[in-house]
Amino acid sequence: MCGIAALQLRNPSLHPRMGSLLSSMLCQIVDRGPDSAGLAVYNTPGLVSPGISTLSLLGRDQGITTAALTAGVAALLPSDAVPAVQVVGDTTLVSAAVGTDLLVKAVTETLPAATVIGRGEHVAVMKSVGHPMEIAAEHGLEAMAGSQGLSHTRMATESAVTAGGSHPFSVADDLCLVHNGSFSNHATVRRELKREGVVFDSENDTEVGARYVASRLKQGDTLEEALVNLGKVLDGFYTLVVTTADSMAVVRDPIACKPAIIAETDDYVAMASEYRALAALPGISTARIFEPEPGKVYTWSL
Amino acid sequence: MVTLTAPETLGAVTAPDDDAAAPTVVDLADAPVRGLNQDLHHAVDGQSWTVANPGGKHSLAVGINADVTVTIDGHAGYYAAGMHQKGTVKVNGNAGVGLAENIMSGTVHVTGDASQSAAATGHGGLVVIDGNAGARCGISMKGVDIVVGGNIGHMSAFMAQAGRLVVCGDAGDALGDSIYEARIYVKGTVASLGADCIEKPLRDEHLAELAELLAAAGRTDNPADFSRYGSARNLYHFHVDNSTAY
Repeated sequence: MCGIAALQLRNPSLHPRMGSLLSSMLCQIVDRGPDSAGLAVYNTPGLVSPGISTLSLLGRDQGITTAALTAGVAALLPSDAVPAVQVVGDTTLVSAAVGTDLLVKAVTETLPAATVIGRGEHVAVMKSVGHPMEIAAEHGLEAMAGSQGLSHTRMATESAVTAGGSHPFSVADDLCLVHNGSFSNHATVRRELKREGVVFDSENDTEVGARYVASRLKQGDTLEEALVNLGKVLDGFYTLVVTTADSMAVVRDPIACKPAIIAETDDYVAMASEYRALAALPGISTARIFEPEPGKVYTWSL
Repeated sequence: MVTLTAPETLGAVTAPDDDAAAPTVVDLADAPVRGLNQDLHHAVDGQSWTVANPGGKHSLAVGINADVTVTIDGHAGYYAAGMHQKGTVKVNGNAGVGLAENIMSGTVHVTGDASQSAAATGHGGLVVIDGNAGARCGISMKGVDIVVGGNIGHMSAFMAQAGRLVVCGDAGDALGDSIYEARIYVKGTVASLGADCIEKPLRDEHLAELAELLAAAGRTDNPADFSRYGSARNLYHFHVDNSTAY
């Protein structure tokens, strides 16, 4: 069992409330996965800015000072890249005015042991082990603005309870994936992706799903096509939520053992594992509320 | 309608006068679910409750064993009205997974949709869902009557043993898979029938019981528009031709 809560805000006037709304949703899914948690927030001022790449690194302590990290990265980048490092909760964010690939290269050369858990111009990813509400508070979720937010509470089954095994998995620019369930043939698909040159960070089954989606998107699939293809290749139980810079998708496996419920209004689309996570959203009494059909891919774009 | 009820144990308790029976209002924005359920377990026939701000909380109004009326104004979470006997629970909204699980008697009515496994293993009573029901509706039903105004999901009435399932919309894949008995009536289309479930003729006695069930659910659908499905009874016994499969 895991818990998912995701929110896409269509009405910009709600953007300042993104963090508080997501926090109220997260609070209701703690019971579903109290061992670790993760968050992805999109277009949050202070964490990301347009035209600047931002990497999210696992952990607040990278073994060197932020000044040394900034200097180390700066030395490897063009002089106009102006890298900046900040620590938010248990996450280190590194930003610079260069492409994400180049920034990843500079950061991993400076910090060979660092784990990149998020990348892109729009997203910041934060994850840790412990009580989900404490993790959210530590990262200051309540006060964050943004266009989209994704949260996950984990009850680990397929791999260890570690921050690296927490969701979301963000393996391509601005792409995040969270999963309630388990993939049974992840080792096979992992081997196939490795043969194609894909590099993995963990032994987690969900990472395989995320890398598979990223690989399909790279080959030209739309988000919807990538998730249809995932259904053909990955076997197991799943409710997945995938977010990109400007879209959100939900899919359940055809057996549909794992729950999902969606509320849609003119102002937002919200998805959660259980209705109680949606109950406090504004205008919920008049929202269109439905459970996604088994095996059907739903997508919404901003 | 065949219903199984526990032996009457509250015979000595007198029910309150009808005109004194204003519903007790429980606001779950402030009060805990456990308190509501404990009060319901000590209820006597004729009492009524209104539950405000259910907020999708789980296990609302479970274990009722008296002829009481509970109205839940809003959406209920998992296992609402589970193990229900004798009374009436109405949810003015949607219900989550496992609505009226193992219902023995009485009535549970949801005005919106119900998630998967509604009325699972129900032994008796009536479950009415005005909207759609998710997958596995009536799974292992053992005597409950279920009337769904909309569609039902896949694997509904899986291993059904007794009771009636009425669907005024469409049914998903593998309807009535491995069904022992129970009668299924579907007005719309059936995506596919499960193993050993077949369409059967709709005779006068079936039209009569269907009319009764639709009326009990407050519906006006025409019984003649439905098709009947049930067990082909080919899975009751081990088939000797399969002995080489082991």
